Amino acid sequence: MESYALLIGSTLSAGTVIALAALGLLVNEKAGIVNLGAEGMMLCAALAGFATTVGTGNEWLGFAAGALAGALLAAVFGVLVIWLNTNQYATGLALSLFGVGFSAFAGQNFVQAKLPELAQDGIPYLRDLPLVYGAMVLAVALVWFLDRTRAGLVLRAVGESPQSAHALGYPVRWIRLGAVVFGGALCGLAGAFISLEYTPLWVEGMVAGRGWIALALTTFATWRPARVLLGAYLFGGVTMLQFHLQATGVQVASQLLSMLPYLATIVVLVLISRNPAWIRANMPASLGKPFYPGS
Amino acid sequence: MLKLEARPQASRLWSYGSPVLALAITVVIGVALFALLGKDPVRGLQVFFWEPIRTPYALGELAVKATPLLLIALGLAVCFRSNVWNIGAEGQFVIGAVAAGGVALLAGKTTGPWIVPAILLAGMLGGMAWAGVTALLRDRFNANEILVSLMLVYVATLVLGYLVYGPWKDPMGFNFPQTKMFERVTQMPRLFTGSRVTIGLPLALAGALALWVFLFRTRAGFALQVGGLAPAAARYAGFSSRSALWSALLISGAAAGLAGALEVAGPIGQLTPYVPAGYGFAAIIVAFVGRLHPVGMVLSAILMSMFYIGGELAQSRLGLPKSLTGVFQGLLLFTLLACDTLVAYRVRWARPSKGGR
Repeated sequence: MESYALLIGSTLSAGTVIALAALGLLVNEKAGIVNLGAEGMMLCAALAGFATTVGTGNEWLGFAAGALAGALLAAVFGVLVIWLNTNQYATGLALSLFGVGFSAFAGQNFVQAKLPELAQDGIPYLRDLPLVYGAMVLAVALVWFLDRTRAGLVLRAVGESPQSAHALGYPVRWIRLGAVVFGGALCGLAGAFISLEYTPLWVEGMVAGRGWIALALTTFATWRPARVLLGAYLFGGVTMLQFHLQATGVQVASQLLSMLPYLATIVVLVLISRNPAWIRANMPASLGKPFYPGS
Repeated sequence: MLKLEARPQASRLWSYGSPVLALAITVVIGVALFALLGKDPVRGLQVFFWEPIRTPYALGELAVKATPLLLIALGLAVCFRSNVWNIGAEGQFVIGAVAAGGVALLAGKTTGPWIVPAILLAGMLGGMAWAGVTALLRDRFNANEILVSLMLVYVATLVLGYLVYGPWKDPMGFNFPQTKMFERVTQMPRLFTGSRVTIGLPLALAGALALWVFLFRTRAGFALQVGGLAPAAARYAGFSSRSALWSALLISGAAAGLAGALEVAGPIGQLTPYVPAGYGFAAIIVAFVGRLHPVGMVLSAILMSMFYIGGELAQSRLGLPKSLTGVFQGLLLFTLLACDTLVAYRVRWARPSKGGR
């Protein structure tokens, strides 16, 4: 019984990391911007959160620092792709490469650091709860925001047809920047969650592809928040399954089990993408395309 | 306020000037970073731009690191020119290294010199197979090649880890996660005594020449690029986008796999978990900074190699982390993309007009 509770708890925890990032990315993709920099933002945020908590002894400040780091990097990305019309794929990739390098560089002195005891107390499984519930509430809130509010409608309009939104007088570029910064902040929160709760330490490259999995998830979920949440928990389950199998003494090399989340991502991506019409019908029409006002 | 105005034609001058300007800005940021860290900026610049070219031995090391970067970037340029976003070259490099290493491990002491081409071929086939998975899933199931190729990087690294921690581990290796050293006969022939430069360097340069011929002198190369620039025009001309997808991915997989083979059977000499050194990702930057042009990429591969060597020297001489390399690489690509705005736009000083947004 104990072990099942642990499995469910850890699945929710692993899923929350991906859910937070993917929900943020969903919002900026709804506004028509793909940010391939998720992995880099999450790494820098994981470091910012960890370093802040080590320095101040306050975990909540750590989360705030993580969100801020993600938002700042996303803002740089946003200015480049929205105002300078740089290629979104290439710029996101640059952000990821920079984030990997910068976090490894700046995190050198934190590799051996330990989180203060202050942040370690509390009930083991319950400490994650505020953010676990937070992700669920966020998914519901996003459904409501996107489908039921005027602001959500405007955001979707900006992603579907920026020219029309511009003609109606909406500040397309600023709305896109806002969405990108929101996405960055949530990726940052997810990154801080990794280094503060999920595996409470700092190691180079510790995000281990979760940023990319979150990006894939927005496509699987056909840009629907509730499906994002469900998909994230499925991935959390797959991630935890490998540890569970190892713990029960299954005779398979750990490296092969560690492939599971990545292989699962590919398999689901293949299953979902098989029908291009379905993807196209759900994808924001101007996703990845630059917008030139007044052209 | 400053205003961007679309140029009627892309600026030729800025298409070459932009990488130079981007490098200059990166250097300025680097100098500021050195100053901020309390290191002598002049010393920092020396370590990155002078030490790697100061002696013949250093030049050799520069070539050793530039070789895999150039090879991988050549393949990626074919992909990017045909608008195929293969960002998993690192995985193709690793599987190429694994395949080449497998052949090298099979060879005995007395194997003939034919083993060298066999190892290179195995590397190329390994890289092609790995890239072929991405091509197949994109072609048959429309799966996004960015995400698939990237997921396969993690899988490839784990395949390598499984082999060196498991079945291929050297029984005499004190339980270190590594294979035995490859036999002498399987090592890539070196060009000069006293330098680690192998036949990889002329192979990479020949690759650059081959790419130039392919892109600018053959119908297939032309068709590939039209497919990337204007898919509708390519369809109208009867150029198949499917064959462009397959050939781009297979070519780049082969190039990355070849680089992996040259690396394990050359400077490294065995399979270890440290085979993936980030060349596959750095080569993306090499490709963009080199304007996807063979000559440009030779220059940018040398530059990126300087960043690698500079990072190592910064660690040993200045006590800075080696990962400084990654910071500068990322910065360079960032500034390049920003500077590329000047290719398509000119910056004008305009009075704020009504409704200007």
